[in-house]
Amino acid sequence: MSRPTSDQQPRPILLRGVRPLGGDVVDVLVSDGRIAQLGATLDAPEHALVVDGEQGVLLPSFVDLHTHLREPGREDAETIESGSAAAALGGFGCVHAMANTSPVGDTAEIVEQVHRRGRRAGLVDVRPVGAVSKGLAGIELAEIGNMARSAAGVRVFSDDGHCVSDARLMRRALEYIKPFDAVVAQHAQDPRLADAASCAHEGELSGKLGLPGWPSVAEESVIARDVMLAEHTGSRLHVCHVSTAGSVEVIRWAKQRGIDVTAEVTPHHLLLTVDLLADYDPVFKVNPPLRPHEDVLALRAGLADGTIDAVATDHAPHAAHDKDHAFADAAFGMLGLQTALGVVLQAMFADGRPVDGFGWAELSDRMSVRPARIGRVAGHGRPIAVGEPANLTVIDPDGRWRVVAAELASLSSNTPYSGSVLPGVVRTTLLRGRPTVLDARLAVAEALDGHDDFDDLVGLSR
Amino acid sequence: MIRHLLSAADLDLATATTLLDSAEQMFAIQHREVKKLPTLRGRTVVNLFFEDSTRTRSSFEIAGKWLSADVINISAKGSSVSKGESLRDTALTVAAMGVDALVVRHASSGAVARITEWVQCPVINAGDGTHEHPTQALLDAFSLRQRLGELRGRHVVIVGDLTHSRVARSNVLLLATLGARVTLVAPPTLMPSGVASWKCDRSWDLDDVLCGRAFGDVDAVMMLRVQRERMSGGYFPTEREYAIGYGLSPRRLALLPEHAPVLHPGPMNRGLEISSAAADSARSIVLDQVKAGVAVRMSVLYHLLAGDQQPAPVLEEAVR
Repeated sequence: MSRPTSDQQPRPILLRGVRPLGGDVVDVLVSDGRIAQLGATLDAPEHALVVDGEQGVLLPSFVDLHTHLREPGREDAETIESGSAAAALGGFGCVHAMANTSPVGDTAEIVEQVHRRGRRAGLVDVRPVGAVSKGLAGIELAEIGNMARSAAGVRVFSDDGHCVSDARLMRRALEYIKPFDAVVAQHAQDPRLADAASCAHEGELSGKLGLPGWPSVAEESVIARDVMLAEHTGSRLHVCHVSTAGSVEVIRWAKQRGIDVTAEVTPHHLLLTVDLLADYDPVFKVNPPLRPHEDVLALRAGLADGTIDAVATDHAPHAAHDKDHAFADAAFGMLGLQTALGVVLQAMFADGRPVDGFGWAELSDRMSVRPARIGRVAGHGRPIAVGEPANLTVIDPDGRWRVVAAELASLSSNTPYSGSVLPGVVRTTLLRGRPTVLDARLAVAEALDGHDDFDDLVGLSR
Repeated sequence: MIRHLLSAADLDLATATTLLDSAEQMFAIQHREVKKLPTLRGRTVVNLFFEDSTRTRSSFEIAGKWLSADVINISAKGSSVSKGESLRDTALTVAAMGVDALVVRHASSGAVARITEWVQCPVINAGDGTHEHPTQALLDAFSLRQRLGELRGRHVVIVGDLTHSRVARSNVLLLATLGARVTLVAPPTLMPSGVASWKCDRSWDLDDVLCGRAFGDVDAVMMLRVQRERMSGGYFPTEREYAIGYGLSPRRLALLPEHAPVLHPGPMNRGLEISSAAADSARSIVLDQVKAGVAVRMSVLYHLLAGDQQPAPVLEEAVR
């Protein structure tokens, strides 16, 4: 991707004819990285880039709490730049890059490197997630303070890929993050109930297929423990990729009790079921595993009523050779950034009608507002109002697109949706008033290196 | 006829009966001085084994050779795979050598099914993880037919480490297709998840089942090996307790009706799931099973490789 040197200030942009949160049609003028004007009909300033919104839905750009960018270490599967491109095309303005890289993101140096490369790519804000424990080993706390105080300003800590299964270490982590207003994002999976061999939801199908089972209680029991630890410590707990009805119930109970817990669900857990494993295709092998239909319905209901706070992609790119194995031996995970919106719409807007009262406002809340709040991300998930940062996305809600794995921006192609037609086309994405996606294609990005003029947006988010 | 044999579920009644009937013809040649049919002359069968095996690999090897095929054994364990090669690359490499059939064993469930996505030739599942072992089920059915005749309405009891048993999965499917009743017996920790939906009865009480109190008179009992190597621990307290609860002791052997044979897919853990008295008794048909294995695998290879080109009479003539 070639990037001409940007002007000091981006051109003004006039989004003509868009519908904020699916409401009435307006024009939106973006200038100096912020929303400058909102009105029924606005005049385009000189030199402004005029983008026909075609009455698309205007939302604050999405924030992903759970992305694997594979850099450093597995740049053959994904890089920060290619993952950023996939994110922008998916309507995201910010992604949280998980720490299970090689080397692990458990020091200030590593997270700063990720942060720096994200800025260099300039397509989305890349917020590194710091490891909870050194080397993700679950034994000693990582340098949480140094990562939090670093230029990367880490606010989310997770050993994702591994569960912090030691109750004492989890307690210490929850206590230790408090001065940094950070959150521990737990990958809830009791390693004794779902051991290294476990690869499929434990149930009728796993028994029939002879695949080592992964019981729902392996997730639910850890969440139950952790919400009690969060209550005991008075800290913020975030539960990664909730996958079972029982987990939703535990989180609902904890919230009613006043415990500071938030949770996320992946798009694929909202749509796909365990039945898809019948042919042993590892493209459906994810962690946690796909669950039965009853769980999917409970997850949708939990997302709709707000028990589950956020949609998070768990974007997990893998080189083909890491999936070309028997199911049990293949890598866990599937791509998620570019297909997230379409899959959520498919799951939550049955026949074009919102499920359980889940509409554009709720989608925006769960894919942008709350994730930004959980991650303490400045400038994202903000209202569409004059003076707010212009981190925006325009969606054609009636548009359909055919997923072609090889044409996705990711360096990997492990998506189960290839060949499927998904609803909702991301037409435009703006990052601080600069277009990263125009006409559903990646815009020629303007590098942000050396342009720290938007750093003053930090602090605006809450 | 089916293209691959991946699961006992691939076999409907007609196909299973055809394979078993052909196996009977194949079985006859074991008593000949020259054990050779020209049926698969010029065809190459590769035994691609990603997991250690002696009896299954040898059985397929002999079956192929008695049908005049060229049989190559490849032990993928400890070779290219341990050097990091993907399953796909290994399968493509072997298939590119111009083989006519692949007989595959793999430690992971579903691995053999995956290989069919990449290669053109027929593929036979010689055991995949804890999933299935369809030719074992066929040879068990063959042995039972030899001893009991028609299997419709017969009651077969399968006992032991069901969770880790590919043999049990295949047997439940095939015996149901053949019209037999199956009862599974194991401690709750060794019952597979979802077993309630399988076409069989289930019990935790071996004595109750063997004496006919639970599900009626027993016509055969199949003891399964306790697969210590697949157990990460804690499935039962001690081997002694397991043997007391679920081992085929002399006392339990005496509970069986006179006509009921004892089967075991081997290798046997004597003193654990089966006593020497039971293993060596006149009721034991363990070695008959091994013998049947060659005939059944000849039948499977014949039907998958030559079945379409050669009408049945050719087989009959060749056997004659």
